[in-house]
Amino acid sequence: MSSTEQGAISDDGGRASAFSKTWEPSELEISRRKVRKKQNQRNTLIAIFSTVVVLGTLITLLVTSPGFKSLTDTFFAWAYGVEVLPKIILGFSTNVLLTIIASTCVAIFGMIIALTRTSRSPALLPFRILATAYVDVFRGIPMLLVILLVGFGIPALRINGLTNNVLILGTAAVVITYSAYVAEVLRSGILTVHPSQRAAARSLGLSHFQTLRFVVLPQALRRVTPPLLNDLVSLIKDTGLVSILGVTDAIRAAQIASSRSFNYTPYVMAAIVFLLITIPLTRFTDRTIRRSIEKQNAQGLA
Amino acid sequence: MSIPVLEISNLRKSFGDEVVLQNISFSVPVHTATVFIGASGSGKSTLLRCINLLDSVDDGVIKIDGEDITDPSIKSDQVRRKLGMVFQAFNLFPHMTVRQNITLAPIQVHGLSKDEANSRADELLIRFGLMEKADQYPDRLSGGQQQRVAIIRSIALRPRLLLLDEITSALDPVLVNEVLSTVRDLKNDGMTMVLATHEMGFAKQVADEVCYLEAGQIVERGSAQQMIETPQDQRTIDFLKRVHEAGRL
Repeated sequence: MSSTEQGAISDDGGRASAFSKTWEPSELEISRRKVRKKQNQRNTLIAIFSTVVVLGTLITLLVTSPGFKSLTDTFFAWAYGVEVLPKIILGFSTNVLLTIIASTCVAIFGMIIALTRTSRSPALLPFRILATAYVDVFRGIPMLLVILLVGFGIPALRINGLTNNVLILGTAAVVITYSAYVAEVLRSGILTVHPSQRAAARSLGLSHFQTLRFVVLPQALRRVTPPLLNDLVSLIKDTGLVSILGVTDAIRAAQIASSRSFNYTPYVMAAIVFLLITIPLTRFTDRTIRRSIEKQNAQGLA
Repeated sequence: MSIPVLEISNLRKSFGDEVVLQNISFSVPVHTATVFIGASGSGKSTLLRCINLLDSVDDGVIKIDGEDITDPSIKSDQVRRKLGMVFQAFNLFPHMTVRQNITLAPIQVHGLSKDEANSRADELLIRFGLMEKADQYPDRLSGGQQQRVAIIRSIALRPRLLLLDEITSALDPVLVNEVLSTVRDLKNDGMTMVLATHEMGFAKQVADEVCYLEAGQIVERGSAQQMIETPQDQRTIDFLKRVHEAGRL
């Protein structure tokens, strides 16, 4: 028992831990702590004062403005808002479904494009050219245009067997655009894995594919998780754009309700419903980014 | 005399206009160690990378167990299965634990079951005193421990030939010894090796043959004792003098 304790102490530098048990702060340190405490109190007071002044001014300006009454009536008619809420939530379920399907497809297509663009095999050259062209084109076109072109263009072709379902066409348009973005994020992640990692894997006898699968991609994905989560937040919001094709999503449901009553509260309700999903996801993304930075710093120290 | 494990004749390698290696010929019989010494940039690392097919050669022949591996139609993955390589910068996989680093290739390349690979890894970890680190990630280990794991990772494949590329150059002087004693143990087990190193004392202990490389050519070669104590060529003498002045002899 005593030997293991000694072992434990000597492991983390026995002298430091022996001293720390009897350490009392010096006079100087105590006086410094008092000064720091005072500084903290003053900073807190300043922060509170500044917040009250800024927010107070903004609220006063808003409430005393001549149009404030009509603003609350048209945008914040809560009773009406609650009445239409079920329809908006029903519409929002379309957005959620679309997000789930689209993000799955985007992950697959984005990965295929990224792997094609980073490959070096001569047989894949034509595919590399196609993939590059694809990314260039669809990163450069506003998504609304892609949705209109796919949603109205494809049915106009009247090709047998191709769907006219606007929900499917809208999803396809979202997948087409986002795959281009996600492919670039994945590609940049793959390129940041140091070549020495490939050399080590290849010298162990792993094939090109095995190296990718077990060594390169796991490290690449870890690095691009934060930007991918950002793209997911954008994707959820952008699913609202398919409402232009007549898909009854949260935005379309709000539009129907508000055009019936000439009241804009349904839009505000739709915004709140989106925020309920996107804010927690944004917080989660921030936390993931912070963690990955901390992890990298820890590696730098070691 | 049986076929040497490694036999190189008239190897030439250039990057663009710059010739990095020329007229390189030597052979490494089984259970022996050949050590390359020479200044940085003399071509030592490139030579090892050529043997491992990480770089292609311009001319000459490299034979492993009598098989010409410079033949363009050869399967490089299959050649590499016979070779182990340890790098100056360790190159452990940071997203895998020590044990996962060691078992990756035995499972994926040699088709061992997970249990077999784990028990082989644990055997080696115990032998080299790293068992308590088996489930740690590489960034939790000291440089010396990381390099020892890298050595274990390459010998877990039971290679015919082990290539060691300045494996102590990135280490704190205090940590160098633990890595070198691991290599000495392997030598005593009969592992055939080619090393590039700056550690002359160590070269003397493990080398059956020492080659001095300068500007991509083998200037002088001989037994470890002869090369380090009584070198003949003026260039070797100058190099060893510089090493001696730097306090590395």
